Amino acid sequence: MDLSHVDKICEAHGNRADQLIGILQDVQAQYRYLPKHPLERVSECLNIPIAQVFSVATFFSAFSLEPRGKNIVHVCMGTACHVRGAKRLLEEIERGFDIAAGQTTKDANVTLETVNCVGACALGPVIVVNEEYHGRMDGTKTSKLIETIKGSKK
Amino acid sequence: MTQTIKTNKDLEALRTKLKGQRESRKYVITVCGGTGCHGYGCEKVIEAFRQEIASQKLDKDVELRVSGCHGFCERGPLALLAPSGVFYQRIDVADVPEIIKKTLLGKEVIDKLLYVRDDGTKAVHEKDVPFYAKQNRLIFANNQRINADSIEDYIAVGGYAALAKAFAMKPEAIIEEMKKSGLRGRGGGGFLTGRKWETVRKAQPGESRYVICNADEGDPGAYMDRSVLEGNPHSVIEGMVIGAYAIGANEGYIYVRNEYPLAVKNARIALDRAHKMGLLGKNILGSGFDFDIIISRGGGAFVCGESTALMASLEGKIGEPRAKYVHTAEYGLWNRPSCLNNVETWSNVPFIINKGADWYAGIGTAGSKGTKIFSLVGKIKNTGLVEVPMGVKLREIVFDIGGGIPNGKKFKAVQTGGPSGGCLPESMLDLSIDFDELTKAGSMMGSGGLIVMDENTCMVDIARYFTKFLTEESCGKCVPCREGVRHMLGILNRICDGEGKEGDIELLEEMSEAIIDGSLCALGGTAPNPVLSTIRYFRNEYDAHIRDRKCPAGVCKALITFTVDEEKCVGCRACAKVCPTQAAVASDRPATVKGKKSDKLKAHTIIQDKCIKCGMCSEACKFDAVKIK
Repeated sequence: MDLSHVDKICEAHGNRADQLIGILQDVQAQYRYLPKHPLERVSECLNIPIAQVFSVATFFSAFSLEPRGKNIVHVCMGTACHVRGAKRLLEEIERGFDIAAGQTTKDANVTLETVNCVGACALGPVIVVNEEYHGRMDGTKTSKLIETIKGSKK
Repeated sequence: MTQTIKTNKDLEALRTKLKGQRESRKYVITVCGGTGCHGYGCEKVIEAFRQEIASQKLDKDVELRVSGCHGFCERGPLALLAPSGVFYQRIDVADVPEIIKKTLLGKEVIDKLLYVRDDGTKAVHEKDVPFYAKQNRLIFANNQRINADSIEDYIAVGGYAALAKAFAMKPEAIIEEMKKSGLRGRGGGGFLTGRKWETVRKAQPGESRYVICNADEGDPGAYMDRSVLEGNPHSVIEGMVIGAYAIGANEGYIYVRNEYPLAVKNARIALDRAHKMGLLGKNILGSGFDFDIIISRGGGAFVCGESTALMASLEGKIGEPRAKYVHTAEYGLWNRPSCLNNVETWSNVPFIINKGADWYAGIGTAGSKGTKIFSLVGKIKNTGLVEVPMGVKLREIVFDIGGGIPNGKKFKAVQTGGPSGGCLPESMLDLSIDFDELTKAGSMMGSGGLIVMDENTCMVDIARYFTKFLTEESCGKCVPCREGVRHMLGILNRICDGEGKEGDIELLEEMSEAIIDGSLCALGGTAPNPVLSTIRYFRNEYDAHIRDRKCPAGVCKALITFTVDEEKCVGCRACAKVCPTQAAVASDRPATVKGKKSDKLKAHTIIQDKCIKCGMCSEACKFDAVKIK
């Protein structure tokens, strides 16, 4: 595994241990998750124990230690979305892809995750697909969205 | 080429020049580029304006301003035209040429783009829209006067004047002014900002210290900090520089959620521009004062809104709070005195310095001064961000500004204060917005989320929702919070599943007490609030679940059934088409079309064994024939 990217990311953050969260965010942006070897490299570059890197990587919900799918679907579970039926939509998506929240489809096309609030409360319920916001969702719009994502599989 | 500002005189000269440049154009089109409007595709509208202005060669006469959030997210995309002041909403790309031709150049108002009031009349100007009429937009007003990424615009509308004024004052005098203003922290705690600054200034003499901006807006249902940081980042930066000068800090941090990419981007641009202009860095405005700000992105943990957890996270550690018998104001980040305020608090600072503490203290109530931005969301007609003076009644926000509940439903509750807050019923709507009043009522101000709930919201389900949220977000350090909240969730799950027992409510109350007493930080200390407040005000709903095995709001799946009213079913098959389990099928009885029994069409029915209660049929039915009981 070529880890020169990781070196560059750490360098860009001045190899500072207090920048660990930012570094892990950039590493995750590179690999779409946090693989084992890059994490070890981060620990070497910053000269901190791997246990510290691992604790941070597992504490924050933004990080994933599992490979993620090509499409990342975030269902907002904030209060405003909840009262407007977000849970129902989440269940619909779970049925649509046959996975539970937090899982990735077998063909690695879709990872389904929940977020505790994406801060677009006025548009609730909100579903974010690959950082694109889909607001004012209902059952019909969600089933269309599911089909679109399924169709994007190449 | 960016001009470097070295003195107050430079700043004023630049301001005069920039003002002149701004006024040289005859027309301004301000399009809201906030996150809400982005959800409606405002970037396409903006691009259409850009192309239209270019193709008509109007560049010299028309300024296109892409601003931060205007607040009225319900009706986006939004645009304001100057100098006419015409306010358009729900704009489509196709409307753009007409807006320029008819309204901007022709002074003719386009009827279909105007806001329609409840009585059917149309509002031409923003101030005539009820949503805006009762607001007092102090912090938010500048959002629509500037390009979100332009320091020049911010300076042109008076930006950094407060900083120049502050440098002419002694740090102690600034702190006195802040104390006198009565500003209390907008992040939830409501601590007096001036007093916090004073503690930080006096702690550990001679050592370095920090100012931190908390933009880790984790409260579900609140997004005002996002909108301020996205739309007017310099107001936050200016507030931070003033604060840093007052307490004697040379380093600052903005801790912002990574889920807010536009806020991160705009804050980065703003820091870069401020630095290049010399408003950050060494010897700012010739004052001899050095200060710089670093952006730190959060990792998505609600508990990091808590000061000690946030500082641990800034140090690159996991966000676990610590006991606060030693305050972070004395021993915070890297064990140095640290002044943490949230986005909205910082952006209040320039106003107080500019206009004076007496002016500021004139707004609001005896114990809560100034204005507060709320995110008015949920089951409400006019969703969006509203800024009101403290002391306004909840009823005014929900009904006058928010327009009440949509679809003729009945108001049930308004939730304030996020997962630490509570749900207030209709009888509490005459409560004033005030830190102490809300706490007394069993809720709290929090960061300013107001989530409105109607008759179809189940309050036991809401209590379960928040408890589940807190189970996931508890950092796990204190056993009462980690285990207690989880067990409370278990009980609430049982109640919602129709397996509640007599004594469950009392058990929840008893556990709440233990969790409040036994947790270190505010997350655990307030975790039972949603449960306690719903028990306090909506006990009848708990009783209905436990005793009658019924969910009055029709939400809890185990306690409801979906049926079809044959008298209303027209046999259109809409329900059958969307039903994922083929539970909605045609029966052998005739449908009712226009009041008559049909010969051909069959009324539908739901096979209960197959029904998973997903609600797709009731959403699809246009004739209100699907009943939930």
